[in-house]
Amino acid sequence: MSSMWTTKLRKATVEKFEPQDVLPDDQPSYVASWIYVFGVLTLSSFAIIILSGLILTTRGAIWWHSSNVGHFVNSMHLWSVELFFVFMVVHLWGKFWMAAWRGRRFATWVTGAFCFLASVATGFTGYLIQWDFDSQWIATQAKDGLNSAGIGSFFNTLNTGQAILLHVSLLPLVLTFIVIWHVILVRRNGVVPPLDAKEIAGGAK
Amino acid sequence: MSKERNVDLAKWSGPKRPYDLVKEFVIAFVVVGLLVGAISAIFSSPDEPAVTLQQWANQAPADFVATTAGELAGTTISAAYGPPYNTASEGLNLGPIKIQKWAGVTIPVNPAVDFVTTPLKFSKDPAVPAALAQWNGASSGQQTKWATDYSTAIGKAGDYTKVTASQTYGPVPTMASGLLVLAQSDVLDGLLTTTVTPYPSDFTKPMLFLADGGYFDDLGAKQHLHGDQWGMMNETGSYPGQSWLWLFSLWYQVEPFKSSANADIQIFAFLMLLNLGFIFMPKIPFINRLPRLIPFHRLIWRRYYRENNL
Ligand code: HEM
Repeated sequence: MSSMWTTKLRKATVEKFEPQDVLPDDQPSYVASWIYVFGVLTLSSFAIIILSGLILTTRGAIWWHSSNVGHFVNSMHLWSVELFFVFMVVHLWGKFWMAAWRGRRFATWVTGAFCFLASVATGFTGYLIQWDFDSQWIATQAKDGLNSAGIGSFFNTLNTGQAILLHVSLLPLVLTFIVIWHVILVRRNGVVPPLDAKEIAGGAK
Repeated sequence: MSKERNVDLAKWSGPKRPYDLVKEFVIAFVVVGLLVGAISAIFSSPDEPAVTLQQWANQAPADFVATTAGELAGTTISAAYGPPYNTASEGLNLGPIKIQKWAGVTIPVNPAVDFVTTPLKFSKDPAVPAALAQWNGASSGQQTKWATDYSTAIGKAGDYTKVTASQTYGPVPTMASGLLVLAQSDVLDGLLTTTVTPYPSDFTKPMLFLADGGYFDDLGAKQHLHGDQWGMMNETGSYPGQSWLWLFSLWYQVEPFKSSANADIQIFAFLMLLNLGFIFMPKIPFINRLPRLIPFHRLIWRRYYRENNL
C-alpha cells in the first residue's frame, strides 16, 4: 500500500496536519502583539486586490477610462496595492527583528521573500497595462534594463497584449500559489517562540 | 543554546490563549476594504491620456521630422539599439559577459524600414513614390549620407522648415515630410500596430519611434519621470507610484552607476545579488544576529518576558 503514489501524497500532505493545526482556536500566550496583525492585513489587502482586479477584468481593459464607476474600481485596485506593500514591508521587518526564521522556519522566510518579489513583478505588469501615459512611459523606460539582462528577448514591455495576460493570469496565479504555500508553512510550524523563550512546565498542552 | 533551539523546533507546550483567526481575518478584511474605499474616493488615481504619433506630429512637427531623418541615418536610440531589436550594436555588457548580445534578436525592428519606408507606401503625396524609388535604388552608403547630411542641416538650422532645399539630401526631405503628413492625419499609428492582425495589441514599433524623439522625453521630464529623477518609481501627478522599487531606483542616482554606459546591466546584476541576500538573509552571518544585537524583540514580546521574568 505504502508504495502507492496516492498513499505517499496523502502522507506527505494531509496527514501532516491535524484539524487543530489548520484552524487553531488558540495560540501560545506570547502571540500578543500588534505586529502579528500585519500578516493578516497583507492577506486582506491581497484579497481586495484580487476582488477589485476581477471587477476590472469582467469589464475589459479600457472600461475604467470612460466610466466613473470604473475609475473608482481602478482607484481601489491601485490603493489596495499601495496598502498591500506597506503592510507587507512592516510584516517583513517585524519578522526580521523577531528572527522568525528560527526552528525550521527558513522556508517560511524564503516563501515570504518570493511573495515580495512576485508582488513586485505583478505590480510592474499592472503599471504596463493602464492604457495611458504612465504605461507608455514605464514600458519605454523599463525595456532597457530588461533588454540588458536578456529578459527583454522573451518579455517585451511594449507588447501590451503580453503584459495584460501576464498581469491578469500567470502572475496572480503564481503569487496566489506562493501566498498559500507561505501561510500553510506558518500553520504547519506554529508561530515562532520569543528569542530565548523557556517553556513553562505545567502550561496548557 | 541547545535548550532554546528545542523550544524553537518543538510544538509549543507552554501556556496558550484563545485566538480567533477567522474573526481576525474578517475584521481586517472589512477595515482594509473601508480604508481602501475611503482613500480611493478622496485621492482617485492618475489617468494621463496616452500619447499618439498623431499628437507628436501635430504638436512638435520639427522634432518629428528630425527624428525621422535620424531613423534613416541610423542615429536614433532604436536604430542603434542592438538586441533584441537589431544587430546595430552589441548592447550592454558586464565586461566579458554580454547577455544582451547572447539573448539575440527576438523582436526584429529595422527602424528605417519599419517606421519610415514601409508606411510611406500608403502616402497620398504624389512626390513620395518617386522619392521612395530613389531611396530604394541607392546604395546603403548613399542612403546614410543623404540622411546624415539632412540631419546635420536640421541641427544647424534648428528646424527643418529653415533648411534650404538641396540635392545633397536626396529624397530624404520628401520622405520625412510625407511621413509627417501620414502621422498628422492619424494613419501612421494604425499602420505601425496592425502588420500582423487588424486587432492591435503590440505597440513595440510606435512606442520605439515615439521614444526616439524629444517630444515624448520632454513630457516625461515635465512629470519628473526621468531615471535620474527617481522616475522608475514615480507616477504622473503626486501619486506614490511603485515606491517599493526605491532600492532599484536608488543606484541610478549615485556614482559609479549614474554616469556608466552599462548602468542598466550593472544595476540589474547588483540588484539580483541583493535579492539573493534578501532570500537567504537568515543564513548570512552577522546580519542574522542583528535581531539579537538590536533587541526590538524585547518590545514585541515584552509581556512574555515580563510575565516570565526573562
Ligand atoms: C504576499 C505577501 C505576504 C503575505 C500575504 C503574508 C502572510 C503571512 C501571514 C498571514 C502570517 C501569519 C501571521 C503573522 O505572523 O503575521 C505570516 C507569517 C510569516 N511571514 Fe509572511 N506574508 C507575506 C510576505 C512575507 C515576507 C515578504 C516575508 C519575509 C521575507 C514573510 C515572512 C514571514 C515569516 C518568517 C512568518 C512566520 C512568522 C512566525 O512563525 O511567527 N512574509 N505571513
